[in-house]
Amino acid sequence: MRHATAATETMENNPLSVTDFFKICTHCERLTKKDMGVRIPRPLGNGPSRFIPEKEILQVSKVDDRMESIFEDAFATLGRVDNISMVMGFHPQYLESFLRTQHYLLQMDGPLSLHYRHYIGIMAAARHQCSYLVNLHVNDFLQVGGDPKWLKGLDMAPRKVQMLGELNKILAHRPWLLTKGHIENLLKAEEHSWSLAELIHAVVLLTHYHSLASFTFGCGISPEIHSDGGHTFRPPSLSGYCVCDIANGNGVAEEMDGNHRATEMGGEVEVLMERMKQLQECRDEEEASQEEMATRFEREKTESMLVATAEDEDSVPSRDVSRHFEDPSYGYKDFSRRGEHVPTFRVQDYSWEDHGYSLVNRLYPDVGQLLDEKFQMAYNLTYNTMAMHQGVDTSMLRRAIWNYIHCMFGIRYDDYDYGEINELLDRSFKVYIKTMVCCPEKTTRRMYESFWRQFQHSEKVHVNLLLMEARMQAELLYALRAITRYMT
Amino acid sequence: MEKMTRVSTVLGSASVGGKTMFCHLDAPANAISVCRDAAQVVVAGRNIFKIYALEEEGFTERLNLRVGRKPSLNFSCADVMWHQVDENLLATAATNGAVVTWNLGRPCRNKQEQLFTEHKRTVNKVCFHPTEVHMLLSGSQDGFMKCFDLRKKESVSTFSGQSESVRDVQFSMKDYFTFAASFENGNVQLWDIRRPDRYERMFTAHTGPVFCCDWHPDDRGWLATGGRDKMVKVWDMSTNRAKEVYCVQTIASVARVKWRPERKHHLATCSMMVDHNIYVWDVRRPYIPFATFEEHKDVTTGIVWRHQHDPQVLLSGSKDSTLYQHAFKDASRPVDRANPEGLCFGLLGDLAFAAKESLVAGGAEAGRKPGYPGGDRRYPIFFFKKPDVTEQFAQVASVLSVFEALGGGGGGVCGIGGGVAGGVAAGSRMDWFVETARLYLLSGKPFAELCDHNAKVAKQLNRPQVSTTWTMLRIMFSEPAHLSSSANHNMGKLGTLPLLNSFNMKDLSSGLNERNKESRQDNIHSLETNINNNDVDNEETEGSEGQAEYVFGDAELDDDDLYSMEHDNQTEEPEYTLPQEAFPLRHEIMEQPSAPEPPEKAESPHVSGSEAESACLTPSESVSLISVSQLLFPPHLPPAFFGPVVKEMLAHYAEQGDVQMAVSVLIVLGERIRKEIDDLTQEHWYTSYIDLLQRFELWNVSNEVIKLSTCAAIGCLNQTSTTLHINCSNCKRPMNNRGWICDRCHQCASVCAVCHHVVRGLFVWCQGCGHGGHLEHMRSWLRDNTHCPTGCGHLCEYT
Repeated sequence: MRHATAATETMENNPLSVTDFFKICTHCERLTKKDMGVRIPRPLGNGPSRFIPEKEILQVSKVDDRMESIFEDAFATLGRVDNISMVMGFHPQYLESFLRTQHYLLQMDGPLSLHYRHYIGIMAAARHQCSYLVNLHVNDFLQVGGDPKWLKGLDMAPRKVQMLGELNKILAHRPWLLTKGHIENLLKAEEHSWSLAELIHAVVLLTHYHSLASFTFGCGISPEIHSDGGHTFRPPSLSGYCVCDIANGNGVAEEMDGNHRATEMGGEVEVLMERMKQLQECRDEEEASQEEMATRFEREKTESMLVATAEDEDSVPSRDVSRHFEDPSYGYKDFSRRGEHVPTFRVQDYSWEDHGYSLVNRLYPDVGQLLDEKFQMAYNLTYNTMAMHQGVDTSMLRRAIWNYIHCMFGIRYDDYDYGEINELLDRSFKVYIKTMVCCPEKTTRRMYESFWRQFQHSEKVHVNLLLMEARMQAELLYALRAITRYMT
Repeated sequence: MEKMTRVSTVLGSASVGGKTMFCHLDAPANAISVCRDAAQVVVAGRNIFKIYALEEEGFTERLNLRVGRKPSLNFSCADVMWHQVDENLLATAATNGAVVTWNLGRPCRNKQEQLFTEHKRTVNKVCFHPTEVHMLLSGSQDGFMKCFDLRKKESVSTFSGQSESVRDVQFSMKDYFTFAASFENGNVQLWDIRRPDRYERMFTAHTGPVFCCDWHPDDRGWLATGGRDKMVKVWDMSTNRAKEVYCVQTIASVARVKWRPERKHHLATCSMMVDHNIYVWDVRRPYIPFATFEEHKDVTTGIVWRHQHDPQVLLSGSKDSTLYQHAFKDASRPVDRANPEGLCFGLLGDLAFAAKESLVAGGAEAGRKPGYPGGDRRYPIFFFKKPDVTEQFAQVASVLSVFEALGGGGGGVCGIGGGVAGGVAAGSRMDWFVETARLYLLSGKPFAELCDHNAKVAKQLNRPQVSTTWTMLRIMFSEPAHLSSSANHNMGKLGTLPLLNSFNMKDLSSGLNERNKESRQDNIHSLETNINNNDVDNEETEGSEGQAEYVFGDAELDDDDLYSMEHDNQTEEPEYTLPQEAFPLRHEIMEQPSAPEPPEKAESPHVSGSEAESACLTPSESVSLISVSQLLFPPHLPPAFFGPVVKEMLAHYAEQGDVQMAVSVLIVLGERIRKEIDDLTQEHWYTSYIDLLQRFELWNVSNEVIKLSTCAAIGCLNQTSTTLHINCSNCKRPMNNRGWICDRCHQCASVCAVCHHVVRGLFVWCQGCGHGGHLEHMRSWLRDNTHCPTGCGHLCEYT
């Protein structure tokens, strides 16, 4: 009994929400319990996301033909429609591209064998303690014939995979430290060495799952019903909170958002739009000096380090996810505390469109194309709406978000005025972005609620997609640059 | 000539015959440009902006334009261009979106003249008008192209690319008002500088970004584009629609392309990633670079021919922080090192092998068997390209041999071309048909065995494709369990099939012998190809003796470059045509060969009369077959799944002229396929096949086919003309109702001469005297006597 089965096969016109399918009537429940001794699991949490009310996500009745076929395809290839897809269902165009890419990476011809792919996915997700993705891929890993022993920890995996641990660690937290030395270590390790094509595949997988982990936390994806933490056998408690919600301080929000939205943060959207308009207009008038521009970038970059992730208490890695990576203490925060300097990476010297694409497509045919489409889709996606306003050109805002994330990774666009970021992104939004990109496991519902209060959930998911793709591209750029340097 | 003399005067003595040299720059270069007199070069990059003088012995730094303590981003150049009229004027495109012009004539250190900051994103390209002094064009990431008048402070016109990033802009060399712009989405647009509202023309040139474009310096209609899809394309813009005239496939995305001066078909390219070399291509020979410069250690970012009329010297800048001058005489010529050898398997199990003529001829000489008649036999020169003066390419002659797969007999050799569609016996062309008809089993055994048997028969007859088809049919339609066992024991089982014992090898032997004889010969046979009628039939052309000139179409052939070939062949050698996969025919052949027409047309069993149609060993066919084998992975697909494929296959066979195959499969598959094919087609096939069978006097087979057919129209063939009208032996009138008693004379008509009873069954009679009777009676009578039993005295004869 899987989530997806229910969702796809019962596409009917009742406005039923998904979890309704799991609610067995009490009579039957009693019968089954009594007669067969079967324990009926009960889904924990409500719907695919803990942050977004279930009724918003996917009303079965609202599903149009296109979505239906996308979900059907997804179900056919994976045997499930996971919660991630459900949430991404807000943006069907993107979802299509995303699923196509993921399917190609995991299922289609490629240099790496299937169980390697899933194991790398597990490693990458575990880096961010994303138990959701880990669970998902542990199942897949076993299904494609992976050795269960590997799951005991990275030490039990072959030497070849172990060597990838270092790359995984650096890519996830400080990709700018990646040098061609790292690449060389992987490629020249006698019998354990990686081939270039395998490495590209692995890098794409790692970055994909790092950023997907960001998305998972950023949208508060609930565990799948069949995986640990996705169901409980306990009868529903009165409070209605689930344990993890309490731990994360998530339980509070529900009643307060309705009232506060309208009153307290009244003109937020209008203010933002006004600023965008101003920027648009005055841009031509006064041109900041070059030094000023450079300083603005540096300021934004260092500031982004200091946008401290509010809840900084060390959380214990949940369950046994930590097995899959070594050195769990290595993270983004270490570095920001020490105040290290992030070197500047000029995108004009190494860009995805010109350089990254060519390299990836050369070594792992078609993937460059798929990723390119996905990046473009995420970057250009717009409905020309902002909250309740129609016909807004959001390109400036999208560009600010994209560039802010790249800025956090030290990637600079010569032709961008980083002053815009300060104008457009307020502090709570920056905190959210920062947390999601750098230590996604610390994202809380409060953070999700506190930025852009008037915006719709679909818009917040849109932001999450932007964050995820921008992060993936940033990591990829560093990794590919290191590989290019190794090759030349 | 006049031009050349002008060149030499312009070049002066100092720069003629530049040699290969280089200098280190302090930083990676993004772009380079030369001034008009070819004496100086400007190098621009993120951290470098310098002018070097080109001297006999090397580069000397003339000027550093990067001044100021903390250089601004305006110095971070993505592109640079030196004005081709005014020697003091330079323009750069900055990564921050600024377009800057520089005047070398300024007295102070800072040579910056004008700064345009109208673009919002990185400017990818700047381009001066080739003749107009004050006109500058820029193309930017923000999707706009702007035209500046250098006398004014801002742009005079803006061209919108609909928010698609502009990668390159180039003024046309010849048309004063035209410029081309290439875009990140793969489009190329032509604009008229006077009309900023709308482009003149747009077409999609590449998939993915078009990084560069370049107008041909002499031919006004030609535009070369290079893209991320690793292609360089040459477009002819002189017609209404942009037409792709040449296409060169490189190994990496193309960053820059520059036509070579004074060489109409040459252009230089460098790539953006991975590949550091500079290639010079002859666009007519797109498979191998004409020349390569391999000096750089990192990607080449800028290339420019040193002088616009000197094809010998190329300058290049690179990310490895070097500036090179390449002399053409030092270039490496990949064609010299290339192995013009190729090996390829055909769809039908044939193997084609092409090699340099000298190589193969030498080997053949050594390997030739002594005593083989015709020691002076000439081995063919297949590709003899007329030397083209304008094309300085190494001339290579090569030989193509095609080995045909022969069951167990080792590689038989069939000369060039190669047997296609199951090359069968060389002797009588229709032997295979007769043999196949006789040996095929159409019913009476389990399906799988029938298929196996027929596959075996086809194999024996040297028709591998047909054989494979049978095997596949068995795999497709057998139950999975059956499948594995029968597949494993395929060969062993076949050996025990009783029918094989009665297999008549005699008819085959003549053909096979011939083959084997040939296979013992060395592997070059002459080419007897008749491209003209383009038939891929395996059938032999008789009497193509003597010298004949054959003409080939080749992929890289120019209209006027024809490969001619001479050969001297022997009568008994089979004739083959080139398989299409080896030499795709791109265009009509210009000359008609003087070869005799192949005589097979009249008797050819083709359903479709058109030879050309039968020649299509369609790629789609091969694709469908291959895809079937892949789809087999899930071992229990419903047979219905294969219906369309099989249907297509049958149609293909019928189309090809092998209606026998179509009908045989139809019968063997029976219900499995019948519903897929409409009745009319089935009937058509049946009648064609039966007609053929009867022509070859294969009455039994034809009857069997009729009997097994399920078409009503065919089945009744056996029911017609079965009436025999007889006359009464007494009154000589026709007898109507019953065969044995006459209505008119009420006499028993056919009375047995031995027992004098009426014969109601088989009546046998002597054709001499007309007397006869019961078969048995007559037989026993004639055992002892020779005369007629009636006593008429006739010496009866029965056969």
